[in-house]
Amino acid sequence: MSEKLINLENIHKDYGGKVVLDNINLYVRDKEFVTLLGPSGCGKTTTLRIIGGFETPSAGVVYFDGKKINDLPPHKRPVNTVFQRYALFTHMNVYDNIAFGLRIAKVSENVIKDRVTNMLKLINLPDYAKREVSSLSGGEQQRIAIARALVNHPRVLLLDEPLGALDLKLRKEMQRELKSIQQQVGITFVYVTHDQEEALTMSDTIVVMNKGKIQQIGTPVDIYNEPKNAFVADFIGESNILDGVMHKDRLVSFCGKNFDCLDSGFEKDETVDVVVRPEDFEIVPIEDAQLVGTVKSTIFMGVHNEIMVETEDFTWKVHSIYNAEVGDKIGLFLTPDDIHIMHKS
Amino acid sequence: MKKKSTFSQRLLIFLLFFFLYAPIIVLIIFSFNSTKSRSVWTGFTFDWYVKLFNNSAILSALYTTLLVSVLAAVIATIAGTFAAVGLFNMKKRPRDILLQINNIPVINADIITGVSLCVLFVFLGKIFNFKLGFGTLLIAHITFNIPYVILSVMPKLRQLDKNLFEAAQDLGCTWMQAFTKVIIPEIRPGIVNGLLMAFTLSVDDFVISYFTAGSVETLSMRIYAMTKKRISPEINAISTILFVTILLLLIIINVRQAQQEKASARKRAEFENR
Ligand SMILES: Nc1ncnc2c1ncn2[C@@H]1O[C@H](COP(=O)(O)OP(=O)(O)O)[C@@H](O)[C@H]1O
Ligand SMILES: [Mg+2]
Repeated sequence: MSEKLINLENIHKDYGGKVVLDNINLYVRDKEFVTLLGPSGCGKTTTLRIIGGFETPSAGVVYFDGKKINDLPPHKRPVNTVFQRYALFTHMNVYDNIAFGLRIAKVSENVIKDRVTNMLKLINLPDYAKREVSSLSGGEQQRIAIARALVNHPRVLLLDEPLGALDLKLRKEMQRELKSIQQQVGITFVYVTHDQEEALTMSDTIVVMNKGKIQQIGTPVDIYNEPKNAFVADFIGESNILDGVMHKDRLVSFCGKNFDCLDSGFEKDETVDVVVRPEDFEIVPIEDAQLVGTVKSTIFMGVHNEIMVETEDFTWKVHSIYNAEVGDKIGLFLTPDDIHIMHKS
Repeated sequence: MKKKSTFSQRLLIFLLFFFLYAPIIVLIIFSFNSTKSRSVWTGFTFDWYVKLFNNSAILSALYTTLLVSVLAAVIATIAGTFAAVGLFNMKKRPRDILLQINNIPVINADIITGVSLCVLFVFLGKIFNFKLGFGTLLIAHITFNIPYVILSVMPKLRQLDKNLFEAAQDLGCTWMQAFTKVIIPEIRPGIVNGLLMAFTLSVDDFVISYFTAGSVETLSMRIYAMTKKRISPEINAISTILFVTILLLLIIINVRQAQQEKASARKRAEFENR
């Protein structure tokens, strides 16, 4: 798992002066599920297209298995792509769509038959060989697109928001199915999405991007628990983000109070972003509380209640299995590891 | 208000179609008339059709028309398809401008196209030493066919998934294979429509041919020449054949287009429903 299968070094991309990718450095290991996550327009698709060979970087080097592949055209790269809108061939039936890559590679028809049949089983559409693609639902077309790519045994599968056009229920189903397909065939996935939940549930590694820059690379747990800056904290899960001042190592002040925390290495009295996850608050009696505020609103969310608590300087979003009445005064408590300190960016 | 206007509307439409089609119907009927009379029905005969196929001038004109129509349609379809793909891959503004320019010959009067091509050919003929003839006729037909091919291929290109070409390359196609194995088959209905359209226009054309054919004669030019001498019912027969041929071609084109539109509307509806 340590070998770098794909390695992007100092990748820059601009379109007529407009910078789209700014110094991207990232590597993908063999058999890893890597997700590029970020808001729309942050450069995810462009990064994927550089790996696929559909765009050339303005600067920087793309390595595949240790070899520089900047100038290798798409048809010679051992990667296959599942496009956002599937891009199936409508003049062919399902079988011919899946067989297309193998026919171009001049594989014998007997072998093709075996491999296509296996693929149809893998995607749970065993009887679909003779169907016309235009007669299929979105979810079915999606699976055909995946089979059409996977049948070529690529080293890496690139997927650009493959579930974006599906409704919520189908999306959840397909997330599970994709993950299980990836584990069955044992190949590397580079997956693009703007859906943080999708990224958290499917990935081995998440690359968070914003405005053409990588914000953080890490496992889902790392990214969720230890966001590197306010952008990541805000984008992944929900967060309270406010200004604070770092007086010295492990001591921060916000809302006019000092709090112990676990962070160090900041300048004396540096202004920082303080991030607190809504589910990390503990509701305590007023006399034990660090923060006291008034309940502004409360919404039942299924497992927990979302309570907005207004203190003098800030309105906190609090998730709790307990409920409170609007207008109540309640006390909040935070332990040092609930408080995350980040450099201003 | 609505009721009142229906009668006059119907009358108008009736008159319109009457004046449009009555001459053709009379012509067709009298192409089967057994004497040369063009006013009295004297009995049914195929004689004029038989005579037609013994008339060497007509047969040679027919040969010219078929040859120039097939060649012009095929060449214009190839050139027009490449032109449409090229245009499609251009930036929006220059593409829109060029498409407007492409439309000019379509709405332009044939006589303008004919005369201007004639002037051009005569001018170039002086320099490069050639005369008006089959070559210039063919070039003229290719020229006026290309815009129609572009117009029928372009909408098909617009309907393609924007990643289709890349998907083909991704699956191992070279640039050329992606074009021949994926793009061409995907837009084939538009290409075939363009081909049929070009062929029909070529068979149908008189004005442009008249100015560019020199001593060569197409079928419509032969008919025109025949009307100048003594009028023979053979004209009725040959005109009937020409009319029926064009009519059939137009029906085929329209049915094909209607079917394709239905198919793509169904696809769109399915896409929105899911
Ligand atoms: N061919 C192009 N020409 C100009 N700008 C482009 C082109 N492709 C993408 N962009 C711009 O690059 C930025 C990043 O695009 P993209 O990689 O598609 O983002 P994402 O996939 O994260 O939504 C966007 O601002 C987009 O407008
Ligand atoms: Mg994108």
